[in-house]
Amino acid sequence: MRSFSRRSVVTIATAALLLAGCGGGQEGDGGQADGNASANGKVTIEWWHIHNIEPMLPVWDSLVKEYQAQHPNVTIKVTPLQVENFKSKLTTVTQSGDAPDIFHTWGGGVLAQQVEASLVKDLTADISSWSDTLSPVALQSYQVDGKTYGVPHDIGMVGFWYNKKLFAQAGIDAPPTTWSEFLEDVKKLKAAGITPIALAGKAKWPGHYYWAYLAMRVAGLDALKKAAETKSFDNPDFVTAGQKLKELVDLKPFQEGFLGADYDKPDGQAATMGNGKAAMELMGQWAPSVQRDTAKDLGDDLGFFPFPAVEGGKGAATDSFGGGGGNAVAADAPPEAVDFLKFISQPENHRKGVETGAIFPAVKGTEDAVKDKHAKLVTEVLGKSTGFQLYLDQAYPPSVGQQVNDSVAELIAGSKTPEQVVADITAAAQSE
Amino acid sequence: MRPQTLADKRPARPGPRRARTAPEREATRRGGRLRGLITVGLFLLPALVLFVLLVLAPIMLAGYSSFFKWNGFGFLPTNFIGLDNFTRMFADPIFLGDLQRGLLLIVLSLVVQLPLALGLALLLNQPLRGRAFYRLLFFAPYVLSEVITGVLFSMFLSPERGMANHLLGLVGLESLASTWLSDPSTVMYSLFLVMTWKYFGLHMILYLAGRQGIPKELIEAAQLDGASGWKVFRHVTLPLLGPTIRISVFLSVIGAIQLFDLVWVLTEGGPIHSSETMAVTMFDYGFRRYQVGYASAISVVMFLISLVFALGYQRFVMRRDTEGAITGMRDLR
Repeated sequence: MRSFSRRSVVTIATAALLLAGCGGGQEGDGGQADGNASANGKVTIEWWHIHNIEPMLPVWDSLVKEYQAQHPNVTIKVTPLQVENFKSKLTTVTQSGDAPDIFHTWGGGVLAQQVEASLVKDLTADISSWSDTLSPVALQSYQVDGKTYGVPHDIGMVGFWYNKKLFAQAGIDAPPTTWSEFLEDVKKLKAAGITPIALAGKAKWPGHYYWAYLAMRVAGLDALKKAAETKSFDNPDFVTAGQKLKELVDLKPFQEGFLGADYDKPDGQAATMGNGKAAMELMGQWAPSVQRDTAKDLGDDLGFFPFPAVEGGKGAATDSFGGGGGNAVAADAPPEAVDFLKFISQPENHRKGVETGAIFPAVKGTEDAVKDKHAKLVTEVLGKSTGFQLYLDQAYPPSVGQQVNDSVAELIAGSKTPEQVVADITAAAQSE
Repeated sequence: MRPQTLADKRPARPGPRRARTAPEREATRRGGRLRGLITVGLFLLPALVLFVLLVLAPIMLAGYSSFFKWNGFGFLPTNFIGLDNFTRMFADPIFLGDLQRGLLLIVLSLVVQLPLALGLALLLNQPLRGRAFYRLLFFAPYVLSEVITGVLFSMFLSPERGMANHLLGLVGLESLASTWLSDPSTVMYSLFLVMTWKYFGLHMILYLAGRQGIPKELIEAAQLDGASGWKVFRHVTLPLLGPTIRISVFLSVIGAIQLFDLVWVLTEGGPIHSSETMAVTMFDYGFRRYQVGYASAISVVMFLISLVFALGYQRFVMRRDTEGAITGMRDLR
């Protein structure tokens, strides 16, 4: 009898402990949310960013320490996450309507959805006293219906990175400035036995750059904006853009097996380029560093030229395409969160990041902090931009953006026509 | 409560004890049963709570969201659209393709992978030098995580620098060199190759265990009756392996229906959707396109397919295998 009662006590105790364990977890979460702005002036700010590796991680950490030293009542809890982890983790927490106080954003369509779900704070008034120190091109991606919902800390652009040595081998002395020159150069490279272009077909997003740039050059920036508003891409210019891309695809300019190639894997697009196995890639400002990481540094052999103009197109050859990064603030975040963003946007603080080469100047007057020779090439072209378009898979709502990536991949693989691409993107936009 | 020591225990050991009357015994028995039920209930409770929270609730939630158009933001969906997600799904060439590709994988698994595993299992059951080593070697891929396997094979099958084409070249089979995962017409077979490499070890071990459970006497008896090797296999080994084969087919089919991680790492469903599975399509819509309602509808269909298959299979194919277990439980009651 005695031994039985002892056993039942243990049973109950175990069950109680387990239950307490479950309940405790939930209470802990709730407590954290409430602990944001407590009465005794102590404030905890949660910040999720995507610079989980050097060289940017230590820069943010030291800025956080500096800010905390200046504001002893503020504690900033930093969670650096790898990009894909960040996206899925943020999706999960925002489903419960509880976003971190400050979190990374690329602006565009995802940010607009978060605005619609009232997850993010309208910063227009809060930052009005200093928002003119930010680069207007960079800021534009975080504006929805004329209101600002994010503060940029990085801005870059996509263009052709090319191997000067291989160009010379094929007898090309200057980078092309028009699409027909570009196609001629591709033919010359092929004739010289050189793979003209490296492309990551598996990743899809690098392929969408081609269609997006062609759409910008042929139809113009306004047409792309209008298409998103009217939810219709039914514009002959977009079909023309697809046809221009098809002209390129028909030349078979990509490396063998490009449909299965990833971007930053050992045999991906960046490595193919870095190993000198292809003459160009259309890629963002980070291209040289990924080439270096996956293969080798091409050094002075690596050049950069903006996407060529299309003859008779409505878009300017100086319009740029790209994106960067910024921070959004949760709707219920304490005012210190905005103050911290102001702090990291001070020119002297922003310079520390720019100097590492990991981010590009998003604050006016920090352009001279760019040290890297490749980065300088990008900053120079970007500085002369007359217009700017955010990556289409960011600018549009996610379902439309992914459809652009998908459809363009199908065009490049030869399974869809330029007309079908436009029809599919329109269908996705209308089901949104 | 002080810790129990040997001294405490000693008096509880069988010794001279007062005899109990019959009604007393009956009362203790009934009380014991009640207390037993309470104990069982208490022990089950934590697991039950977790099961409801982590298994039942998500299923219900996915079922609920599948009737809505929802981008996943906000607490619960609000835009009710009835069965639209489902009608859209069955008109979507990608989803219909998923079903076809799933079927292809199931057929290939049953026709190629399982016989291969069975053959190896029977081979490794023979007296053979280094038998344990081979068993370990063939089982090893199953222990590897899907992601590691995926990364390994994406390097192995890389058209430019991959070892597969290099090896083919070494033995003079350059003509067989291929772009493997990069070509829509070969990607499913390349994927199946990786799947087979990854999972045949599990089935082999299952068969091996099943084979070792067959009493030697039966086989000896058949041999004494003059049965040849093939006849012994066909009329003794194979029928007695029945339960194992049925389980292995079941695991194989369910695995093919839910295949995700390997495909994701190897191809992300590409090129141009030619290796996409239901789970990959679901992930794409849920986490990339933020159409959580539609993704939930796909997950519901996946769940139903698995459920119907699992129940039907157990009811009609595995009835004889599970009957023993059920009657066994009935006896306990």
